[in-house]
Amino acid sequence: MIEVKHYGQKKVGQWIITGLVLAWFFVLVFFPLFGIVKETIAYGLKAFIASLISPASLHAFWLTLLLTVVAVVLNTILGVVMAIMFARHHFKGKLLLETVLDLPFAVSPVVAGVMLIILFGPNGWIGNWFESMNIKIIYALPGMMLATIFVTIPFVTREILPVLREFGREQEEAASTLGASGWQTFWRVTLPSIKWALAYGITLTIARSIGEFGAVLVVSASIINKTQTATLLIHDQFTDFNYAGAFSAALVLAIVSFIIITVIQFVYKKKEKGLHNA
Amino acid sequence: MKNNRTARKGKVAKLSYGDLTVRGLSFLYIGLMIVLPIAAITAASFKGGPGHLWKQILQPQALSSLKLTFLLALVMVVINVITGTATAWVLVRYRFPFKNTINALVDIPFAIPTLVTGMMLVVLYGPRSVLGIFLQNHGIEVIYNKPGIILALLFVTFPFVVRSIQPVLMEMEKDMEEAALTLGASKRQSFFRVVLPTLLPSILTGAALSFSRALGEFGSIVVVAGNIPFKTQVSAVYIYGEVESENLQGALGSAVVLLAFSLLTLVILNLIQRWSSKYD
Repeated sequence: MIEVKHYGQKKVGQWIITGLVLAWFFVLVFFPLFGIVKETIAYGLKAFIASLISPASLHAFWLTLLLTVVAVVLNTILGVVMAIMFARHHFKGKLLLETVLDLPFAVSPVVAGVMLIILFGPNGWIGNWFESMNIKIIYALPGMMLATIFVTIPFVTREILPVLREFGREQEEAASTLGASGWQTFWRVTLPSIKWALAYGITLTIARSIGEFGAVLVVSASIINKTQTATLLIHDQFTDFNYAGAFSAALVLAIVSFIIITVIQFVYKKKEKGLHNA
Repeated sequence: MKNNRTARKGKVAKLSYGDLTVRGLSFLYIGLMIVLPIAAITAASFKGGPGHLWKQILQPQALSSLKLTFLLALVMVVINVITGTATAWVLVRYRFPFKNTINALVDIPFAIPTLVTGMMLVVLYGPRSVLGIFLQNHGIEVIYNKPGIILALLFVTFPFVVRSIQPVLMEMEKDMEEAALTLGASKRQSFFRVVLPTLLPSILTGAALSFSRALGEFGSIVVVAGNIPFKTQVSAVYIYGEVESENLQGALGSAVVLLAFSLLTLVILNLIQRWSSKYD
């Protein structure tokens, strides 16, 4: 008798908590998503397409794509290099360096932008030198690249590192004992073992690069057709009360994010599986 | 870098060319992209001496936005710790329809551009929406006021607490709880004495991550907050305003404070990690 009553009570409590959590989740995450879809639909398909194929918006999306590609390529290659160092090398101060690597995640994007202005601006330590060569970094494309790269530096390394550590060194050593060169060992042994973690890190890098706003805003002048990325365009249109344009572009970014999140989930499951089978 | 030991098994080995390349590239990248910008901003802000920097920090508008930033971040963390723990708990322990879908959607805030987040909140709660008008008639102003900022912060940090607790909760065997129950502990006792202490490090990790993110958040807030000085202007927006009006020096005080707290967060996260791995 007592057993049954206890069980029943537990059930009720369970459903109440589940209900509350779901309600919270819907209000916080789901309603806003729904709101943006509704808002865009209200302006009609014509306005949606018209605002997306305008030269300014095509250029903005193109620029976002370019920045994303640059950040992904650089941070993937160097992310793998850094992960190998952190996993395989031993030296004093490694722990400190690992903490430093996480800084881009902790720093406010706006502060990141300010740091880049100070360093690469016309009067900056490095910017000074480029200025004398007549190369503009801040308020131009290179500065926006640097900003996008900065905010996404840790993703790839952070995802690969645990796998590399778990995977250990034995197989790599076996390969090199059997006569494989360093490159061969990397391509044939190391890379296959980290591929899903790498894919996960790259997906996160893409998502962040596409969505980055604060850091890029500070180092660009948001000039239409020149230094205006998709998020900067959305912001401009939104503050100019051009809601049809702003929400159309925002919906596109939201859909892209949605696709990315699906990929992330898929890759994450693969990665977890790989980790447990390794 | 020359006399490095690859300290495994006490062997003193020379670094191969490959190792040297890996080490050199990594040091160069971290040095150039992370250490140098931080050194530059620190040097620039101390240029006029610490007294001058202190004055920049204490400037009324800068100080007021710093205070607001910390206050709102704190409110957000308290709410997030409760709802995040509950969410993780429900997702791990209970079964309900569409659980996998909901679980996947927890990450949505990380994927959606923060600017879009802000716009979504304006659409939903703004003065033009049905809900916004309803709330306004009852004297609650969400958008262009503090509740809007807190909502934005809650949205962008939602996954942090959930995702740091979830794996720990999954690993945690039910044995300990059941043992406590068998030994006569009440459900409440077993939760507060057994479950909560085990989860504490991951809850703190989630809280630290969301707090640090909230201090620096810009994209979602700039749209939602209205950015009225002394009222709804947070630090990141203040810094942006100063940069826009070509007063970089004025931005440095607040920027350095935010940067210091970013560093502090990383140190705290490291400590939590070390502290919790002691119990493994």
